[in-house]
Amino acid sequence: MSATAKTYGLLAQFDTAAGIFEAALKVRDAGYKKWDVFTPFPIHGMDEAMGLKSSKVGYFTICGGVTGFFTGMTMIWFMNMFDYGLVVGGKPLFTPLFAFPVSYELTILLSAFATLFGMLVLNRLPKLYNPLFKVARFKAATDDKFFICIEAADPKFAEAKAVLENAGATAIEIVED
Amino acid sequence: MGNAASIPASAVAGKKHDHDHSAPPKIVAVDCPKELEREPLVLNGRSLHWITDRIANVCEDDMPAWWWPAFIISAGVMGMMFSLLAYLVSTGVGVWGLNNPAAWAWDITNFVFWIGIGHAGTLISAVLFLLRQKWRTSINRSAEAMTLFAVACAGIFPVFHTGRVWFALMPGYLIPMPNFNYIWPQFRSPLLWDVFAVSTYGTVSLIFWYVGLIPDLATLRDRARNKVRGFFYGLFSLGWTGSNRHWSNYEKAYMIFAGISTPLVLSVHSIVSFDFAVSNVPGWHTTIFPPYFVAGAIFSGFGMVLTLLVPMRTLFKLEDIVTVRHIELMCKVILATGSIVGYAYGMEFFIAWYGGSPYELYAFKNRAFGPYWWAYWSMITCNVISPHFFWFKWCRSNMVFVFLASIVVNIGMWFERFVIIVTSLHRDYLPASWGYFTPTWVDAFTFIGSFGLFMTLFLLFIRYLPAIAMSEVKGVTPQADPHHPLGGAKGGHH
Repeated sequence: MSATAKTYGLLAQFDTAAGIFEAALKVRDAGYKKWDVFTPFPIHGMDEAMGLKSSKVGYFTICGGVTGFFTGMTMIWFMNMFDYGLVVGGKPLFTPLFAFPVSYELTILLSAFATLFGMLVLNRLPKLYNPLFKVARFKAATDDKFFICIEAADPKFAEAKAVLENAGATAIEIVED
Repeated sequence: MGNAASIPASAVAGKKHDHDHSAPPKIVAVDCPKELEREPLVLNGRSLHWITDRIANVCEDDMPAWWWPAFIISAGVMGMMFSLLAYLVSTGVGVWGLNNPAAWAWDITNFVFWIGIGHAGTLISAVLFLLRQKWRTSINRSAEAMTLFAVACAGIFPVFHTGRVWFALMPGYLIPMPNFNYIWPQFRSPLLWDVFAVSTYGTVSLIFWYVGLIPDLATLRDRARNKVRGFFYGLFSLGWTGSNRHWSNYEKAYMIFAGISTPLVLSVHSIVSFDFAVSNVPGWHTTIFPPYFVAGAIFSGFGMVLTLLVPMRTLFKLEDIVTVRHIELMCKVILATGSIVGYAYGMEFFIAWYGGSPYELYAFKNRAFGPYWWAYWSMITCNVISPHFFWFKWCRSNMVFVFLASIVVNIGMWFERFVIIVTSLHRDYLPASWGYFTPTWVDAFTFIGSFGLFMTLFLLFIRYLPAIAMSEVKGVTPQADPHHPLGGAKGGHH
């Protein structure tokens, strides 16, 4: 394995929120595409600093919600009017009014599932293997340290070390795949 | 922030328009009021690593000596509840004190009581998130856990009050499938709406809670001292790295969860109140019920959050994270919602008189002065009087007082549901069908047993999961702000 080990990328550590923020601006402006920032908590303004577009999770939610609402309405219409009409208290067999509470709950239920799965799909999670976990210091990414990883697949990878050093990294390591 | 020094003196003086133009303009020094420092959310300037350590240690170190006795007692009480439920199933629902006309009594009281408690968790996690109340980060995890466990306790009672439980759980009765006569469930009934509302509520609360846990489970995975812990925390953290590309989707998803949980939590207790309000029973058939139930639910839920958090912050030395300010703010929510509840009690009586229905007026007179007067006045004492102590800062910041008051709030809210349900039912239209409900010992011990289930789940939660949202607490510290000097920014705060 070690003979064929190839480089996954370059991992640089930063010790403060401002440090990683400034560094992200520099890496973005240097024109990198295949890179990422790792922080123990979301940092305000980091999406803009990295040049990310707004998340698309909302599209999943709206699809789930619309499906839920129409599932509820159709289900109740089918069950209480179409398939087996049952007169209870002289009330109509179907109106959207009494079908509304259940459809409303199903809107929320399916929105929630769609949001969860949308978030996981967009993030490619669950992920069983990640070369970054081989780096011992990377464990601090969920505690109090901040990291930038530039992947070897990026066309400008050759200059990555200089860019990260220039950005004020406190430690730089090569990550093996 | 305005800066006195940067404003040209002439500009300041020019505004004053002295009447005497011959005199040279006076230089007026402008004193800008000092910007008041907000009380920090984490006290004593704790570092990010300290926060991780402090919270993670609670579920990594051995539990303190009291944990095992507490767990064994809770589990025993829970076992008692399950034995009594087995007794009910094997004997019949008559082991409870239900009768005709009081066909709903402690069972539905307990159901509404527990569901109501859950509402505070969702309010903290969703509504306070949308309102950008950053103090919620210290309490939302445990409050959401409380929601889940309260919903679990609530679910038991309506299922078992059907007596022949297997029918309730079998598809075709509550779950929409045709039963043996090919008849579908009847969607004009608010009871069926309630099934959908409560099951949606439980499911969405679980998803929201789990999504919030993912980054913290990753922290525990990275700190794991042995392979078993590493495996399980690794499995449930799904390979989370803290990548900003992930955070971007995660934060959007979290905001959406908050956005959909808010109408959800308001709808759930509204639908619970429809169980009563849609019927024609005097004392139940009122339009004030949905908002009144929601306010009462939040009131009781915050009571339970305080009952749990006040001891927890001391026992696990979390006072720097769950600060006195957090407790005070929760007391203020109790004060606000308690006042709404008190107003609703008054308004119900006014409408009973003003509405002109003699049955309605009778139901309310009977509530306060009939055979259940003691329950009504217990409710008034606990719910209308006790929250008003929280106008005083001493009461809000004295932990012993807050703890005792939170228990009083919960006793009061249990009585509220008992009063609404039993006093309205026990006097039917015909005096021939009047009755009086008395609980049996099985009623009482099943209810006590549900606290065993609740506490068992909560103790296990503290034992295995981070009781405070680490990533969220770290995210609201000044060190997390790239534009704050403590976050490493040069050139000061702007």
